[in-house]
This record gives sequence, structure tokens and C-alpha cells, in this order.
Amino acid sequence: MNPLGNMAAPMIVTATTAVAVMLVIGACRSHRMTVYVTLIGLLSALLLVLVAWRLPDRPFAPLLILDHYALFYHGLFLLVALALTLLGYGYLQHHETQREEYYLLLLLATLGGMTLVASTHFASFFLGLEMLSISLYALIAFRAAPAPGVEAAIKYLVLAGLTSSFLLFGMALIYSQLGTMALADLAAPLSQPLTPVLLGGLLLIFVGIGFKLAVVPFHLWTPDVYEGAPAPVSAFIATVSKGAILALLLRYTAVLDLSADHSLGQVVAWGAILSMTVGNLLALKQPDLKRLLAYSSIAQMGYLLIAVLLTGRVGASVASFYLVTYFAATLAAFGVITALSNEREEPALLVEYQGLAWRRPWLAGLLTMALLSLAGLPLTAGFLGKFVLVTAGVGAHLWALVGVLIVNSTVSLYYYLRAASILYARTDEGAEASTVPGHSTPALAAAATAVALVALALIILWLGVYPSPLLAIIGEVATSFR
Amino acid sequence: MTLVWLIAIPLVGGILSFALSRFSALAARVLALVAMTAQLSLAITLWPSSTSAADPWLQALQARWIPQLGISFSLTIDGLSLLLILLTGLLGIVSVGISWSQIDERVGLFHLNLLWVLAGVTGVFLAMDLFLFYFFWELMLIPMYFLIDLWGHERRHYAAIKFFLFTQLSGLLMLVAIVALFFTHLQQTGVATFEYQQLLSTPLAPLSGMLMMLGFLVAFAVKLPVVPLHTWLPDAHTQAPTAGSVVLAGLLLKTGGYGLIRFVVPLFPEAARAFSVPALVLAVIGILYGAHMAFAQTDMKRLIAYTSVSHLGFVLLGVFTWNALALQGAVIQMLSHGVSTGALFVLAGILQHHLGTRDMAAMGGLWRVVPRLGAAMMFFSMAALGLPGMGNFIGEFLTLLGTYHLSVSFAVVAAAGLILALVYSLWLLDRVLYGPSRDPLAIPDLRASELAIVAALALAILCLGLAPQAFLNISAQALDALLGPGGAP
Repeated sequence: MNPLGNMAAPMIVTATTAVAVMLVIGACRSHRMTVYVTLIGLLSALLLVLVAWRLPDRPFAPLLILDHYALFYHGLFLLVALALTLLGYGYLQHHETQREEYYLLLLLATLGGMTLVASTHFASFFLGLEMLSISLYALIAFRAAPAPGVEAAIKYLVLAGLTSSFLLFGMALIYSQLGTMALADLAAPLSQPLTPVLLGGLLLIFVGIGFKLAVVPFHLWTPDVYEGAPAPVSAFIATVSKGAILALLLRYTAVLDLSADHSLGQVVAWGAILSMTVGNLLALKQPDLKRLLAYSSIAQMGYLLIAVLLTGRVGASVASFYLVTYFAATLAAFGVITALSNEREEPALLVEYQGLAWRRPWLAGLLTMALLSLAGLPLTAGFLGKFVLVTAGVGAHLWALVGVLIVNSTVSLYYYLRAASILYARTDEGAEASTVPGHSTPALAAAATAVALVALALIILWLGVYPSPLLAIIGEVATSFR
Repeated sequence: MTLVWLIAIPLVGGILSFALSRFSALAARVLALVAMTAQLSLAITLWPSSTSAADPWLQALQARWIPQLGISFSLTIDGLSLLLILLTGLLGIVSVGISWSQIDERVGLFHLNLLWVLAGVTGVFLAMDLFLFYFFWELMLIPMYFLIDLWGHERRHYAAIKFFLFTQLSGLLMLVAIVALFFTHLQQTGVATFEYQQLLSTPLAPLSGMLMMLGFLVAFAVKLPVVPLHTWLPDAHTQAPTAGSVVLAGLLLKTGGYGLIRFVVPLFPEAARAFSVPALVLAVIGILYGAHMAFAQTDMKRLIAYTSVSHLGFVLLGVFTWNALALQGAVIQMLSHGVSTGALFVLAGILQHHLGTRDMAAMGGLWRVVPRLGAAMMFFSMAALGLPGMGNFIGEFLTLLGTYHLSVSFAVVAAAGLILALVYSLWLLDRVLYGPSRDPLAIPDLRASELAIVAALALAILCLGLAPQAFLNISAQALDALLGPGGAP
């Protein structure tokens, strides 16, 4: 096999798996069979990421670059897809029809994310984005029974369609001025002082990206979509969908001058400040766990935008590290919700989680860990993530942003701790008794869920106590960046 | 490895206790008690046989941890840390013991949280890498939050979150200061390290030095507490379960004092010197204000909480006086306050457990009903007001003596705090122990186990008061090293 093919192998295998799953569904609808095919495809793609890791970076076709940065995210997204496949198996046990399409859509959306992080051209950017979004429209509406699923999907569809057109128009404006859509050719003219049209084009692209990241003021869809979508899909939106866009943003901003006195830098800085503040404030009084996680993710994206402002290698490594910690904690939180749910009913209100620790101690323990990690408390991955972020912010003298980050991180503790503490409350304390469903899951599905959740717990602890190996990997990624 | 065990024993003990609680609550309690006894015994073995060595460090341990960020797993122990860890072990045993009859639900989780707080506190006293220090600093807060929030009294949610937000915000300011110090050191030497010893001699510009010093100071001032930042303390101490109050007053406040001695002044000598007058003023205000507020309380635990504000003002006074006498006094004051206030919270907790109230108006005449408890309360109130022969007297006396060398006026005003302490302590005794009893009270007196706890604490306070030299010898070497050659006033 030639080395070029090897670097792209994870993407090719993921795409092939999607086709294979489609064919399997066509031949015979078997839930278990579909899951097996998906798992085999994802595991072999992951293996190929490891193989490709030893090869040198190389541009792959004019549209994609398969460097270690892209490979790192390919591996990360494949791991997320793996976890969501395992979690989805238990979740969809009680689904009556068409549950196999979940895996097909999941694979396609993952492939979209993988395309985005490898994109060096507006065409692949848009291609990846649409592949991701269109899969998500269907995934969000996957819960047929309750109405909020469809409502959320339509809301997402309309808004995403609108922002896609903004994005396209921005790309067109830039193309009209520079006559190129390849990132390599855009770098030189964009690092010069910008003409109004170019600036307008970039701002329109930022709007599109801001919508996908759910950065304030483009965040309004987030809580509704998180609430309406099935829990594993919400997890996917919170992780891969946002992570891919953020990784892409870092690649594109590396060619821009994002220093604080530059107008684009100002835009990003204000996006960060608003997202942190608004996200945290709106989460404070949120009685619904999925909506709470939605607002929390808005705030987390605000934190990550600080890393974007660092630009270059520092920004890429800080953002990558923080993203991994955020992925682990978010997946774990949604994973617990998934494990407690089936497609018909999901426990939503925090009241329903009251005293969970006395009924499902392991799940409560993991949810606590996830919440503490999102809050950035020690022994969990989030602590190191926040530490790295603050360190880099101070190193770059972004004092105002670090100050806002600190105040916000304190505010956020209020709701994370409230949610965590409810899990251990006495059950007789509140007016309402718990209504978390105690449905029976087949042994195999329960095992799949357990494997995913235990792995997430170990990752959160491992990164919280001994992050050195991951930092070493990210060090390699950063050297290949650009 | 001993140092790792000091932290690992409570950590692992907590997990095992939690696991055992599924089978038997008694086993969980016994295991927690065994773990804390083991930790105390291990700490005692570190007591140095001779105190003449030039090197203040009794033991050290350094291992690679996160080399990419210049972070090492570095633990060391000197006399100062040793004394505070002995206090941790002692109060740890007391906390487990006092919870024996008072905590009867979610026993395993309670001991998990309790032992993890103690592990975090131990880590704070041992960590010599600033990142590791911050790690433990944050680690001890989370279980403390759960202790208050899940086992506290009527306003526990409010008290717990207030405690956490105060300490967290100030902790993050310290983190920024740590990182800023790290970068200053990196710029000047090209070495990326969070190691305390290496950061010690970082030259700093006056303004940035002052800002970083304030970042550290605010974190420790919230914990100690220093007066404008103390408002979390009465709520947290009052609402916490008895063991929580003991650990809060006895240990968590001491981490603030320890941080001031270990980090603030040695890392930023110039800035600390420049800030000494405002700090001394705050200390004196704290002493008087805490005492004044103690009068106004009707809630017994709240009263004791405010006396902490007053007593720990002496620690701030001692630290910013920064001479050998005053520092020695501050250390003894921290130890004695930990023991005596811990004991008072134990007694208040027992009373509340039996009476169902902390309101002193509902008490009175208790001496006749529960003479043993009354005697114990009398003893520890006397300790708190600084009766000679008890540890607190030594602490306050040495601190005032040291302050007198620096400034007569500060010493005189601070000494007024002693008079106020006399008044509020006697007033407490008067309302609780003497006078007519409101209702026919039929509460049991101290049981044998409770008596043992109280006796152990009384013994500790007498040791501190009658044979302070043993403790002074241990801390002297560590303090001399911190004071440095230019440390004399």
C-alpha cells in the first residue's frame, strides 16, 4: 500500500463502513449485525490512525491535508463514534423501527467531522460541514415518538441552512477578491491589512462557524436541540460537531492576525467573553439536566475561544488538550443520561436525578465525575484542561480574558455542584419522588454501555492524574501544525 | 515514600470505607478510624530525634509528573509541616470518633468525604511544587462542600455554596499568581518549573511582585480568615456537621496560616514588607471585630466561629511581624486554636445532637445536668481565652512579644483582644452552664468514648501550654530557614 493511501486510510475505511452498513441494512435489518459492522469498521479505522501516525505529513489531493493534527482529531472522533455506537446499542433496544440508520448517520456525521479537520480548501470545508449537518438533521429527529425531537430538528435545519448560506456568501466574497479558495494561497493576502470586502467575507464565515460552535449570540438553538435530540445525539453535537469546527477554525485562523488590537481578534474575544458569561448565567437556574449541559457547553466554547486567540502552535495544542478533556466529560455526562434512558423516555429534570446515588451508585459516581471535570476540579481531566488554558492565557498576557474566565469558572461551580449534590440527596427530601425509569436492558446491551462508561471514567481520571502521555502526543501534533 | 503514605492512607482509607459501608456501617467507621490512627502514627515516626542538623527538611521526595509543563511530584516535610500534620492526624481521629453516634445515614459516603478532606489537607502541608500545592488546595474543598451540603443543618445548601465560591474564586486568583510567577521565572532563567525552592529567589519588579503577592494573599486570607473576607466562615462552621466544623476550624483555616508562612512572605519578601502595615491593621481589626461579633451571637456554634476570626487574627499579626518570636507564636497559636476550637465544636455538636438546638437561650444550667460536659466546656473556654498553662496563652503571648519588638501600638491594641476573649468566654459559660435551666433537661452526659476524645484534646492543649519548648524546637529550624539571613527585624 502506498504511504499516501495510508494517511487517508482512516477516512476511507470510515466511508467504506458507512456503505457497508447501508448494504447490511438493505440486505437484512438486524440491529446486532449493524452494530458489529459499525464496530469493526471503527476499530479498524482507529488502528489505521495508529499506523498512519508514523508517516510524515503530506497534503492529500488539493482539498485535504493529512497531517498529525488531522490524524489526532480523526482518532478522537473515531473514539467518540465508538463510544456512541456502544451507548446507542443499549439506548435503541426498545426502538421499534429503523434503529439501524442511527449507525449509518453516525458514521456519515463522523466522516463529515473528519473531512472538516483535514480541510485546506473552502470546498472541502463546505463539503464536510454539510455532510455533518445533514446527518445531524436526521439524527436529531430520531426519536419519533415525542414531539420535541421533530421540533428541534426543524429548528436546527432552518438555522443551519441559513448560516450555511451566510458561510457560502462569505466564501464567495473572498473568492471574488482573491480568486482562490485554497488556504495555502489565502494565507499571504489575508495576513495583510484587510479590505472591507475581505473583512466582510471573513465575518460572514465567522457567523457560520459561530453558529456551529453555539457561540453567543448564535447560541439560541442549543438548549432546544440538546433537549429534543436523543441523548447520544446531543452528545455527538456537543463533542464531534463542535470539536471539528473548532479544529478547523484553528487551522484557518493560524493564517490570520488575531492579536487583540485587530478587529477580527476583537470579534473572537467578545465572542469568548459573551459565551462564557451568558452560557454560565443561563445555566444557573436551569432545572433540566440536558439544557444545563447545553448552556454549560456554550460557556465551554467560550473558554475554548481563548485558545483560538492564542493562535499558532500554542493555540492548537491548548485547544486540543482542552477539547479532549471536554469531550471526555461531556460524553460521560450524556453517557449517564443515555444509560438511564431509552428512546421513549429520558429523565430530564434534575429532580428526577435526586438520590440517584442510592439506586445506581456507579452511574451517579460517573456523572459526578463528569460534572466536576466540566467544572475544572482536581483529580479529573477538566482540572488540567483549565490549568493549561489559564497558563497559556497568562503567558500570552490576555489578562482581561483570563479574568473573565476566572469569574465565570467560579459562577459555573454553582450549577455543577448543585447538580452533583442532588445525586446524593436523601430521596425523601424533595416533594417529587424519583421517576428515573428502571427499564430492563438485555445483558449484551448493558455490557456495551458499561464498557463505554468505564472507559470514559478511566480516561477522565487518567487525564486528571497523569496527563503527561497526552501532552506528549499533543506536542507532536503541535509541531506538525501548519 | 513515607510522605506518599501520609496522603495515600486517608485517600485509600476513604475509598475502602465507602466500599465496606455496603456491608456494614460499623466496619466503615472502624476502617476510617484505623486509617487516621495509622496516619497519625506514621507522622509521629517522623518526629526528629535531634534538632541540630543544618538542613530543615526532614524528608523529601521528588518524582517526574508532568515534565512538559515543568511540574514535578514534589513532597517535603519540615518541622512546620510535621506539626500541622500531627494536628491533622489528631483531629482526623476526633472527627471520625465524634461522627460515630452523630452520623447515621450515608455513613460510607460521609467517611469517604471526611478522609478525602484530610488527605487534601495533608497534601497541602507537604506539597513543594506550586502546581501540586494548588492541586491539593482545590482537592480538599470538594469533599468539604459535600460534607456541609449533604450532612449539614438547616441552611446547609446556602452555607456550602458560599464556602465553595469564596474559596474557589480566591483560589483561582492564586492560580493566576502562580502561573505569573512561573512565567516570570521562565523569562529570567529559561527554566520552566513550578518547584518552590527554585521559584524562591525569583527577582520581581515591585508592581508585579505586589500583584502576585496579593493573588496568594487573597487565597490564604479567605481561608484564615482575614476580616473583610470572612463572611463565609460563620455560615459554614455553623451549618456543617460536627466533624465538618472540627475539620474546618481545626485544619482548613490552618492551611491559610500555613500558606502565609510558607509561600507569601518567602516568595515575595519585598512585597510582603511593603504590605506589612495594612496587613497588621487588618489583623488587629480581625482580632477586635471577631471578638466583638462573638458577643452578639445567640447561636453557640456561630459564637465559636467568630472567636476563630479573632484568634486567627493573631496568626496574621505574627506572620506580617515576621520575626522569630512572632512566627513561633503564630505556629503555636495555630496548633492550640486547632485543638481548643476543635474541642469546643465537639462539645457544641454533642449538645446540639441531644438538644436539637444551638440556641444558647434554650440552654442554661447545664452544669447540674451534664457535669462532665460542663467541666470540659469550662476547660476549653479557659484555653480559648488564653489562660496560662494552656497552649493558646503561649501562642498569643509569643506573638504579642514579637509584635512588641516591631510596633508597640499594634501590640497594645491587639492585646485588647485578650480582654474581650475573657469576656465572651465567660459569657458563653454563664449562659450555657449556669443560671436557671429553661426546661427540665434530661440529656445524657459525655459517654466514655466522647470523654476519651475530649481528654485527648485536653492533654494536647496542656502539652502545648506546659511543655511548649518541644514544639518550638521542632518548628524553630523550619522557621529559621524561612526567615533567612535577613529575617531578623
